[in-house]
Amino acid sequence: MYTPNRKHVTLFDKVFDAHVIVEREDGQCLLWIDRHFLHEGSFHAFNKLKERSAEVARPDLTFGIEDHYVPTRTRDLGRIDPAIRGMIEQLRGNSQRHGVRRFGLDDPAQGIVHVVGPEQGLTLPGLTIVCGDSHTATHGAFGAIAFGIGASEVAHVLMTQTLWQKKPKRMRISVDGELTPGVSAKDLALSTIARIGTGGAVGHAIEYAGSTIRSLSMEGRLTLCNLSIEAGGRFGMIAPDETTIEYLRNRPFAPKGEAFERGAQYWLALASDADAVFDHEITLNAAEIAPVVTWGITPEDASPITARVPDPAQIPDPARAAQVRDALDYMDIKPGQSLTDIRIDRVFIGSCTNSRIEDIRAAAAILVGRKAKVPGLVSPGSMLVKKQAEDEGLDRIILEAGLEWVDPGCSMCVGMNGDLVPPGERCASTTNRNFRGRQGPGSRTHLMSPAMVAAAAITGHLTDMRLLMREPVPARD
Amino acid sequence: MQPFKSLDAVACPLPLSNVDTDQLIPARFMKRSRADGYGSFLLHDLRFDETGAEMSNSPLNDPERQGARILVTRRNFGCGSSREAAVYALVDYGIACVIAPSFGDIFSSNAVNNGLLPAIVSEENCEALLNVLRDGALTATVDLGALTIWSANLILSFTVDPVWRTKLLNGWDDIDLTQSYTSVIANFAKVDRERRPWMQPSERPDSQ
Ligand code: SF4
Repeated sequence: MYTPNRKHVTLFDKVFDAHVIVEREDGQCLLWIDRHFLHEGSFHAFNKLKERSAEVARPDLTFGIEDHYVPTRTRDLGRIDPAIRGMIEQLRGNSQRHGVRRFGLDDPAQGIVHVVGPEQGLTLPGLTIVCGDSHTATHGAFGAIAFGIGASEVAHVLMTQTLWQKKPKRMRISVDGELTPGVSAKDLALSTIARIGTGGAVGHAIEYAGSTIRSLSMEGRLTLCNLSIEAGGRFGMIAPDETTIEYLRNRPFAPKGEAFERGAQYWLALASDADAVFDHEITLNAAEIAPVVTWGITPEDASPITARVPDPAQIPDPARAAQVRDALDYMDIKPGQSLTDIRIDRVFIGSCTNSRIEDIRAAAAILVGRKAKVPGLVSPGSMLVKKQAEDEGLDRIILEAGLEWVDPGCSMCVGMNGDLVPPGERCASTTNRNFRGRQGPGSRTHLMSPAMVAAAAITGHLTDMRLLMREPVPARD
Repeated sequence: MQPFKSLDAVACPLPLSNVDTDQLIPARFMKRSRADGYGSFLLHDLRFDETGAEMSNSPLNDPERQGARILVTRRNFGCGSSREAAVYALVDYGIACVIAPSFGDIFSSNAVNNGLLPAIVSEENCEALLNVLRDGALTATVDLGALTIWSANLILSFTVDPVWRTKLLNGWDDIDLTQSYTSVIANFAKVDRERRPWMQPSERPDSQ
């Protein structure tokens, strides 16, 4: 258990140790879980409960969210594919049966789980948070240990509110200096993955630190932690500070009054000790980071927009050369071609990576007064983001540019609800995975920031958004 | 769960790196009930073309490799999404062991929870094993007790987390183990509630 007098302790260890119920000799720890988020995909776990006639141990710490399969162009379930409707209905039935609070389509706070948790103050520093979704590390932006789990583990948490875990190794990624104008948390994340590789953080909990991270907003921090899994890291976290605490004050589910002040005190003490030791250290210079796009089929296949597509013939490592050849073949891109010559067929702005208000504002700042050359979908991360964007008049800018403004959900990130990129088409997307067929069979995905997607929409090809940059959009009242 | 001791079976080479869980089972098949079986969706888009016909160049479609229970592949296997359906697809197809130089973290824990062994070998040994399979070896033997793999005249060692090894060897399920700690857990929850009163979600103002 966490003892405040220990020295050299990392943020991760402080939070982890405070949740250990039992530690076995072999290093397996039984961890207490503070928050458990469910979505439509959780039906496998509920079926396991049924087999054992088990109940949900702590429905008060369990929250169901309709996001993975929800329609984005209608809220009327009578109008959608019955198989998809069935997925939503299963979550409704299971939540109701077990007394789990659910954020459904009719809820004014519905949205993507990793957007809703923070927005509602369900996500707090110093918590353990799990969800059957690999981007759960998003919540680590608050200094929580948040991680994705599989269906068997979901069932285990439902039945016991605990999980067996072995402590991972710790990695610190420090970024210092100022990001140059137009460069966002997404560019920072993709640059990091390009540097350490998609397997670079396997077996490690990542802590992001340094002056650049400190100066990021909560939205930026969420984007950064969200992409931890794309470097192989199941956990990504940032020490709580004043930015964190200000964000949480008065959130619906956050503690209030005295309890909040007590929490805040505890949270601020979670930061890694100055002499904390990490198994692995990486440092980056913020000033060197440029807007980034991916050109291949894993997030490590990323380069600054000013670069050219790599030529496998020039890559010394034969295994990597073969991978790049395979990627370019799937993506139908020529080695050595300029990245800005790649034409796109459509765009998508959304997903738990980049669908928060700042993301919508960044895209709108590029789109304002311009027309998109290709079709595209903009899906805000939650009903609250949607409302705020509409209050600021951003929906008008997006619609006037010729893009669709739809309801929140996972949408074209994974296509489970039927929002798909048609076979062979190329999509500039703010999502997190450019895997083969991720956005639909035969689809081709280029990952980038919301402003970069907006720029690509305007020109019809991958574009350096800095060339289209203007003053920030003034809020309309 | 069935204990995993050793396995002597047809081994299929899949000489690709970064085979993510979206490849192992595309999202569009995940609405099915597990009872219907997920085996036919395993690596679906690498096995079948748009018309649903088998692609002859896909290793799993090789007539000689039918009934494979061992898969040998390259680094970072199972990276990406946490979908346990990826493991269901492997298990329902018949695969009981995947051999690779590294695995996605969430994939490995999902695998072990379903009795599937993620065996880690060095990059070099992985290539050697892929080579003997390419050169005609059909089967391999995986001994979890001895942490050894044989195929043709090749003998190599592999690693797996010791905790997972014990779990697999005994066919243990975490839930049974955890339930033996019920009173310790209840006690922890009680003490913790006083220690961290702010942890409890406060009521939602608009809750019905
Ligand atoms: S938006 Fe995409 S990555 Fe995020 S939770 Fe939904 S499916 Fe997962």
